[in-house]
Amino acid sequence: MVASRLTRRTALAALAGALVARNAFATPDQARDWIGAMAKGTPKDGKVSLKAPEIAENGNAVPLTVTVDSDMSEKSYVKALYIAADGNPNAGVAVYEFTPLSGKAEVALRVRLQQTQKLVAVAEMNDGTLYAASREVKVTIGGCGG
Amino acid sequence: MADDIKPRLRVPTTAKKGEVVEVKTLITHPMETGQRKDGDGKLVPRLIVNTLAVTYNGKPVLNARLEPAVAANPYLSFFVKIEESGTLKFTWTDDNKQSWTAESRIEVA
Repeated sequence: MVASRLTRRTALAALAGALVARNAFATPDQARDWIGAMAKGTPKDGKVSLKAPEIAENGNAVPLTVTVDSDMSEKSYVKALYIAADGNPNAGVAVYEFTPLSGKAEVALRVRLQQTQKLVAVAEMNDGTLYAASREVKVTIGGCGG
Repeated sequence: MADDIKPRLRVPTTAKKGEVVEVKTLITHPMETGQRKDGDGKLVPRLIVNTLAVTYNGKPVLNARLEPAVAANPYLSFFVKIEESGTLKFTWTDDNKQSWTAESRIEVA
């Protein structure tokens, strides 16, 4: 009996450990690193704006619009836009590559958010300068399955 | 399941020269994250649409690389500057290297 209880306890401990491991979410550092691996440099504030609901009831599909202020001419355009979320199992959300043919650096998509967290967007201009913005979204029901 | 995957587009058919038009796309795809477990507690392997490439008359307009954090049935909208009549072509590719294409014609009035 004692032996079986110990086994059960061990099993429970192992299970708890597994749960903790499974819930290892990305951190703000990981979100920064994920973007930093592709966009080298220190981003400045400005030019980028994120539009998302303040409170998302359903984390399975949170509407997000990211706009970068640029005239998208041959001389000056947004080369890439990196979007990350710092509280999901993986930090990455999407990477967009633009050309002057894009006309306007604005994208809309729907993202999954596991919990209340910050969305981060970094824009890389064709001359290599980076601009960043972030926005917190409160999530009522997480949306990563499980 | 994979047979149900169908792209949908909302693109204007005419534009003025130099006009920046909005393009809305959606592809019905489960975007399996690789985090979810099935009824037996086994992880369902990741299977997502990982890229959408858009060209106009063969010239690249936009490339989107998606991660599992993009919601199921990925809806993506963006803009294209139209200087001449032509064809917008969209190609979605998933983790199994399966791809779907859609085209839309835009006439410059």
